Amino acid sequence: MKKLNLDMYRGAIAARFPEANRFQFSESYGAVVLEVPRETVRDVLRFFKEKNYFNFLMNITGVDYPDRQERFEVVYELFNTRDYSRLRVKVRTSEDKPVPSVISVWKGADWFEREVYDMFGVKFEGHPNLRRILTHHEFVGHPLRKDYAADLQQPCSSALPIHFDVGTEPKEKADNLIPLNIGPSHPATHGTLRVMVELNGEKVHRANVEIGYLHRCFEKMAETHPYNQVIPYTDRLNYCSAPMNNIGYCKAVERLLGVEIPARAQAMRVVLAELSRFIDHVVCIGANAVDLGALTGFFHLFTLREKVYSIFEKLCGARLTVSMTRVGGMAQDAPPGWFDEVLQLCKELRQGVSEIETLLTNNKIWIQRTQNVGAISAEEALQWGYTGPCLRAAGVGLDLRKAEPYYMYDELDFDIPVGSTGDVFERYLVRVEEMKQSVRIVEQVCKNMPSGDYTIRDKGIVLPEKKDVYGNIEGLMNHFMLVINGLRPPVGEVYDSTEAANGELGFHLVSDGSGVPYRLKVRPPCFAIYQSFSESITGGLVADVISVLGSMNLIAGELDR
Amino acid sequence: MTLPAQTNNDLSDVSKNFAFTTRLDDLVSWGRKNSMWPLPYGTACCGIELMSVMGPKYDLARFGAEVVRFSPRQADLLLVAGTITEKMGPILVHIYEQMLEPKYVLSMGACASSGGFYRAYHVMQGIDKVIPVDVYVPGCPPTPEAVLDGVMTLQKMIADHHPRPWKDNWVNPYEKTKS
Repeated sequence: MKKLNLDMYRGAIAARFPEANRFQFSESYGAVVLEVPRETVRDVLRFFKEKNYFNFLMNITGVDYPDRQERFEVVYELFNTRDYSRLRVKVRTSEDKPVPSVISVWKGADWFEREVYDMFGVKFEGHPNLRRILTHHEFVGHPLRKDYAADLQQPCSSALPIHFDVGTEPKEKADNLIPLNIGPSHPATHGTLRVMVELNGEKVHRANVEIGYLHRCFEKMAETHPYNQVIPYTDRLNYCSAPMNNIGYCKAVERLLGVEIPARAQAMRVVLAELSRFIDHVVCIGANAVDLGALTGFFHLFTLREKVYSIFEKLCGARLTVSMTRVGGMAQDAPPGWFDEVLQLCKELRQGVSEIETLLTNNKIWIQRTQNVGAISAEEALQWGYTGPCLRAAGVGLDLRKAEPYYMYDELDFDIPVGSTGDVFERYLVRVEEMKQSVRIVEQVCKNMPSGDYTIRDKGIVLPEKKDVYGNIEGLMNHFMLVINGLRPPVGEVYDSTEAANGELGFHLVSDGSGVPYRLKVRPPCFAIYQSFSESITGGLVADVISVLGSMNLIAGELDR
Repeated sequence: MTLPAQTNNDLSDVSKNFAFTTRLDDLVSWGRKNSMWPLPYGTACCGIELMSVMGPKYDLARFGAEVVRFSPRQADLLLVAGTITEKMGPILVHIYEQMLEPKYVLSMGACASSGGFYRAYHVMQGIDKVIPVDVYVPGCPPTPEAVLDGVMTLQKMIADHHPRPWKDNWVNPYEKTKS
């Protein structure tokens, strides 16, 4: 993470804001935190954006501290796509004091603010559609408040009828509009997405989406489970590339603990992450093509995926949800010869990618269904909070593996593909190229696999090996202490992110020094991307809705959490 | 077909020479069990594994169940693969009600069967709270082999005319609360 030139910001803020003496700068785990009075937050963020200090709103989180007089904290993560600097802005508020909405500064704040409202009941003044987003419409209360019991279920008796947001009424009037509901049980919505459109002939007149059909309360579950037991829950965020979520979460906890994992563990994580990126793109392209009628691709692509699953199975026994990482390293070492098998597999994967290209890249039907569909400019994409392949297709070469290299990515040789128009076809091209680059990375790492331990051996963090637990008293005691006390990171707050298959996967972790996370918020990449969906399909053909939907790679597990 | 030469006048002996006899309902269930048309209700991780079940390696077609139908009107096996939330509940029942008889439900994975490790405020603790389930497949997610085993179990139930009181006594829970 780049070091901020704090004095410059201090001076600029003091010159612009008369109340700047009430602003507080502090540092926490390498990140700069700025606490501002609630009523100024919109002006401060707008100032940062206009001055080009921070042009990207990465995340908005709520945190509940019931003992405080103003119990809620709203945390904004800002980012600069040019020099990769970050800043965390915080405000305090209570239930009856609304926070100014920053939706007029960044459009992408829309759903993030709605989520904070849904989960905590914090109101945002100036938000046009401040209603529930993840929980159902009959839900009472705000589940992420500390006084809401994790298992207090509330049945829902009906489905919401078709509805549209205020402010989406088109300027031109049209007759004979047909409302159409797509999903959540529809072949192209992958089970849990619901799109509502109003059609004028074949054209989409206006649109709305509803999410939350797979809201499995990940964040509440994380608050009720010890640190290492959260790992299996992270698997089920983006289940198409489960190991990447394990890695992102463990990396955040490790940052809070201040530990560096051994080189071998880093290398294993890179191999797992890049194989996952490969299969994630496989599912995305395969499903996108199936939705447009190209079934052959599905069978070709899923043969590849099956091979990667078999390799995972060999590594740890699980195919999909591997949970292979632990805080401090990996759960176990790879079996002998595993890396050679991965190298062998890489050849097949290369072959497979070229098969996909033969099937699709020059396919007339595929090009006509995808080119100039769902195009988005770089500026717009940044406004909405796009990251990952969709942002790179729009022409912004942002990839955290290059921007904020973690693990051994700065020593590896790979390229970042960048598009220009951001349409569905370019998203596809970017993904295909990324698959090739991932194979390249895996080959480099497997050829030079560092030797050494696969995990750190800090007895307060990692369980001793089984032979020690059963074989000597010290091992037994350490095991007992760690199981009973749990892993206890220091009091503090971190935001840590990795480049997942869909974009920046961030974990905002607050620890109160106990054995369970005090608050764990996930910044799912497709959440930010999907909020632009209604706008990007409006005015297009109804058939293109499906094409755009598939290209965004919406994984309900991480979208709804 | 030419009739075999008659050896005696007993008609039942005659038929044995050119046909086999069965009960009509056995014949029907034989047809039903080998041509189930599933509606894949994949909502989460299990849905991804279900794709593998349908895919080239595990190939559900070997059990006559490869004709995936997304319209409940054309399906007779509801494959619920993934977590069902409270928000999704009414939609699941709506889909189930639209399916025509005979209809079967296979619950794939821990979440659909019991809520899994999501003992949480927004997750339904098992789909059998709202629809009748014939086969539960454990796992998180189950291996494709386990799902195939579940399908074969269901086939056996159909062949054996296994009584299904959970299905016969089912009432729509959402209509019950309305009245």
